Amino acid sequence: MYDLMIIGGGPAGLSASVYAARKRLKALLVSGDVGGQVNKTLGVENYLGYQFIEGPELISKFQEQVNQFPIEQKIGYKISRLEKIKGGFEAISEAGDSYQAKAVVFATGKRPRQLNVPGEKELTGRGVTYCAICDGPLFSGQRVAVVGGGNSALEAALDMVKIAEYVDLVSLTPLTGDAILIEKLGEAKNLSIFTEYRTEKIEGKDFVEGMVIKDLKSGKSKRLKVTGIFIEIGLVPNSDLVNKLVKLNKWGEVPISCSCETEIPGLYAAGDVTDAPEKQIIVATGEGAKAALQAHRYLQRLAT
Amino acid sequence: MADKKVAIYTTPTCPYCKRAKEYLSRKGISYQEYNVAVDRDKAKEMIQKSGQMGVPVITIDNEVVVGFNQVQLDSLLS
Repeated sequence: MYDLMIIGGGPAGLSASVYAARKRLKALLVSGDVGGQVNKTLGVENYLGYQFIEGPELISKFQEQVNQFPIEQKIGYKISRLEKIKGGFEAISEAGDSYQAKAVVFATGKRPRQLNVPGEKELTGRGVTYCAICDGPLFSGQRVAVVGGGNSALEAALDMVKIAEYVDLVSLTPLTGDAILIEKLGEAKNLSIFTEYRTEKIEGKDFVEGMVIKDLKSGKSKRLKVTGIFIEIGLVPNSDLVNKLVKLNKWGEVPISCSCETEIPGLYAAGDVTDAPEKQIIVATGEGAKAALQAHRYLQRLAT
Repeated sequence: MADKKVAIYTTPTCPYCKRAKEYLSRKGISYQEYNVAVDRDKAKEMIQKSGQMGVPVITIDNEVVVGFNQVQLDSLLS
């Protein structure tokens, strides 16, 4: 049995790993990927020590630091179940492996929110994408839609008007992003904005061929002939693993104390999956450190 | 490992592509890179081979890996 299991390989989990290793804990880092949302961040300009650094590079530096230590890592292994057992916790991976630890730092972060409309799942990667900066260039010269009304959606639309032939921006609400972005979009000639329209379904056989949107005011539906759909409607916490262990808040986040404790002794949480305010890389790394140090204290108490 | 032919289909703005390339380099694996943002033929080839439109796509001989999937890469490269 490990002393500490850190679930999640984003900034919070990597920072927790460094702190756990320096406390000489027998620790395991287990995660589907390394870097989480930071992988999707082109430039970071507010992480202290770097005036500008690309997201993937920052993560590589985090990872290098973790790799200095003899901490066990299971990268590429997604945990599908986490349970309380006698003397600690047991996690089962999708592949069926079991890992046991006396304490856990839960740092699984957030993932892009889905529309949950027919066709979305089937056509993901076939025209439907949640990473505009990754896949945008593949749609050059085509007609595409961006779904969402916040900053991420507006930025995706601004990128795509330069690449695509035409862009339809579809938002359930009036645009909520920054005024400066909305102004910039007003200058684009190859853009239509549909606010207060709901995306009803995504159509296509092998690849996206179109989508149906519905005007919430008139109730009339409209078909957009697009080949690419960029969904940018915010993030949801990856908290499903613990929703039977702790009571989540109304956004699905794990409530924690200022010491990163959850309501279960020995289960700590850190970073974007928690209700800690401000979803920032530097906040997540700080929270990860706190969680690991608190877990260390808990393990010391267990031992005495 | 040297005799395996590795190619990666990327876009210049895709952070996962960058991480995947770094990963291959760190393992000392040389690869051919195709920028599908400008190379339309290679973009078509990528879609045909992988059955989808997301980057990165990495091909190792005839095997196709979609996304930066370390576990799959490790098992195919070992």
